Amino acid sequence: MNKAATPACSVSRRDFLGTSMAAGGGLMVAFHIPLMGEAAAQPSPVAGAEVNAWVVVHPDDRIVIRIARSEMGQGTLTGLAQLVAEELDADWARVTTEFPTPGQNLARNRVWGNFSTGGSQGIRQSNDYVRKGGATARMLLVQAAADAWGVAAADCRAGNSVVTHSATGRTISYGKVAAAAAKLPAPANVVLKDPKDWKLAGKRLARLDTVDKTTGRQVYGMDLVLPGMLNAAIKDCPVFGGKLKSFNAAAIDKRPGVRKVVRVGDSAVAVIADTWWRAKTALDALPIEWDEGPHAKASSEAFAQVLKAALDAPQAIVGNQNGDARAAIAAAPRKLEAVYSYPHQNHATMETMNATARYTPERCEVWAPTQNGEAALAAASEASGLPNSRCDVYKLLLGGGFGRRGQSDFVRQAVMLAKEMPGTPIKLIWSREEDMLHGMFHPVTHCKMSAGIDAQGNITALHMRVAGQSILASVAPQNIRDGRDPVAFQGLNQGGAEGAFGYSFPHLLIDHAMRNPHVPAGFWRGVNLNQNTIYVESFIDELAHATGQDPLALRRKLLANSPKHLAVLDAVAQRAGWGQPAAKGVFRGLAQTMGFGSYVAACAEVSVNDDGVLKIHRIVAATDSGHAVNPQQIEAQVEGSFAYGLSAALYGECTVKDGRMVQENFHTYPVLRMDEMPRVETIVMPSGGFWGGVGEPTIAVAAPAVLNAIFAATGKRIRDLPLKNHSLKKA
Amino acid sequence: MAKLNVNGVVREFAAEDDTPLLWVLREQLGLTGTKYGCGVAQCGACTVHIDGIPTRSCVRPLSSVGSSEKIITIEGLAPGGSHPVQKAWAALDVPQCGFCQSGMIMAAAALLKSKPKPTDADIDEAMTNICRCGTYNRIRAAIKVVANGGDTKTAGLSIRHADGSTT
Repeated sequence: MNKAATPACSVSRRDFLGTSMAAGGGLMVAFHIPLMGEAAAQPSPVAGAEVNAWVVVHPDDRIVIRIARSEMGQGTLTGLAQLVAEELDADWARVTTEFPTPGQNLARNRVWGNFSTGGSQGIRQSNDYVRKGGATARMLLVQAAADAWGVAAADCRAGNSVVTHSATGRTISYGKVAAAAAKLPAPANVVLKDPKDWKLAGKRLARLDTVDKTTGRQVYGMDLVLPGMLNAAIKDCPVFGGKLKSFNAAAIDKRPGVRKVVRVGDSAVAVIADTWWRAKTALDALPIEWDEGPHAKASSEAFAQVLKAALDAPQAIVGNQNGDARAAIAAAPRKLEAVYSYPHQNHATMETMNATARYTPERCEVWAPTQNGEAALAAASEASGLPNSRCDVYKLLLGGGFGRRGQSDFVRQAVMLAKEMPGTPIKLIWSREEDMLHGMFHPVTHCKMSAGIDAQGNITALHMRVAGQSILASVAPQNIRDGRDPVAFQGLNQGGAEGAFGYSFPHLLIDHAMRNPHVPAGFWRGVNLNQNTIYVESFIDELAHATGQDPLALRRKLLANSPKHLAVLDAVAQRAGWGQPAAKGVFRGLAQTMGFGSYVAACAEVSVNDDGVLKIHRIVAATDSGHAVNPQQIEAQVEGSFAYGLSAALYGECTVKDGRMVQENFHTYPVLRMDEMPRVETIVMPSGGFWGGVGEPTIAVAAPAVLNAIFAATGKRIRDLPLKNHSLKKA
Repeated sequence: MAKLNVNGVVREFAAEDDTPLLWVLREQLGLTGTKYGCGVAQCGACTVHIDGIPTRSCVRPLSSVGSSEKIITIEGLAPGGSHPVQKAWAALDVPQCGFCQSGMIMAAAALLKSKPKPTDADIDEAMTNICRCGTYNRIRAAIKVVANGGDTKTAGLSIRHADGSTT
């Protein structure tokens, strides 16, 4: 079923068959490349008709839907295809997908819009124009059928890839009229279906990319083989900001298979060999001297002191405020204060970073698992020195992304290596150790929460001070204005899709003191909503216990003005049986948040035995994403979010010592495995009227729900993650 | 020339003795369904069967694998993805990114061969591979579907497939 990755591979094959896509000239040819399995036998297939940019219909009624966003497991490819096919009235059984290339997008005035696949934006940011793409194509196909019959389009209807003339019952399939439809002008007014009439969207459809992932046939970037290709392994200076001083190539260049030992930029060295294993082992044997630079002595402990001081720094950027929280807390008869922290973490995608590049003085091509095809294209252009129009990027399915593959550092390296051997494709694969040492890490932050409580136990004021690292400062400093990183306030904003703070306090101050270590930060699935929600939801729990209130009751009171936040919270509380006794020894914890356009909540049930061993028995989760394009895939994303969020809560920590990361593989960077995965019950409760993302928001409630349940079970309040650093044994 | 029996065929190739079986499979024999994830037997993405035993091939040097030992990779598990484990995986839409799934399927197939009706504890003990997307619960459900004779409805997922069937 899955044809998603094949265009990239088949493009490569076509290219090596000698029908190279000319810059600007061969776009349509490139789209109608045969699928990989057919390529050798059938190099010049009959092209389908491009009805519009989103829809190609073949004479035999096969439909190819173009997908601009990347597929990394999150299911967007299937969800976007459902939305297009819904409006197209397509026969779903005949639908396949393909990725247009970033180069084609640029050449066509970005007709497919944004390729970037992060921030749970795939569907929420493009649903409108992809649905219009499907609807437009349907209108063109109906018009072409009406023209052929000499009747009015208004007297015809579409369904299941067939146009029917209502009066006579005549029918014709899309494949028969697609060529004529492709020549018609696009209609001026396109009306989208009411979601209540959806037949494909909103349904529990199977993914389009499953079968090849069960047989080993799916080709990931790491698996790509091109004719004449060589393999490369790389080591970048393990100390961030350090440089490559020297290396002794003569020590390894006679090893079997080794072709070249090369400097890559200022800070890295690579071995190019016939196989990757030979490249990797030769690199391991290569004597290298690093100039470790100004951060050679940096450590997590030292930076923690910087963050600790920043919790009380007089200057900070205000993200959200009403009233005068500082004065109200100072004057309050009772105060509560707590300090929390959240560490650096690696994305640890199962497929390590990799990219394949082929450079000639005329053209540079890259095959890459990337979350951002257009950024990868820009990186290829920059690294090759060729204009965008002479470069292109062929996307493959990603073996995990989680934000890491939104960056293009590995693409840049592959192109620099390919430049060393013009005409020869070079596949660069990072070892797991390289991947762990050179992540774009979850930012490190500390947080001080302070509240004022009146004589009746009401929370009158809240001050939340976050001190820590800015992701934008690492990856997009141009987006920081007047010292303000807007992303830092995810989940804490007064309103908006990127995280509205649901709680109301008479006095509120949320501010951020940016402090950046030398460690590069990146967007890590869930981004800043992760720690912001841990801080808020843990402290709300602390306030409930400090004032003798039920944690659900206090949240309900404070969320009275935020009905959507409240609705998901109530849904999990009700399903979990909050207020009724749990099984013996089992305790519950709650958390809610809003981010990436969606409202989410969780109730965790845990037990802690006398030896301090934690067991997470069950989690009830609720998501209101406005619309739910594929509920069974939303459930999969919610379950996956708990695996990712609980990995972080239990184990996730990358520690800096001597300027470099200590953790280099899964034995020192453990993650959640099957035996620790709780049962997850997901409530998908779309309330309509908006489009939210589902890949990320739930991660944020995983840790606080469990931390609050641990407190209920043990009386221990864990404020510094991960849990592996703490004993839960009864004192 | 070295020699291995892979997926029922004796294959000859050139590689150093200390090359891990994983990389022989991927680079000398072109069987890329078996994945590299960690190189230190932590993640299980490289799991293959050697004489029926699930084995992490990234730490098995070529010199330690006899030419008469029968190696089965994901490509050779069953013709056309027809193994009951593969069918259950497809019916329940188990994979997300899919990168770990070859290893998961090989581990599950070995488990079900030795214990056709595994308990949850058996599953926990046998399925120690890492999945970062978090497909663990569907993996567990798919293993139980196979143990129940392939009745996919027992998983309760109600997934509608392109051929019109629902599992």
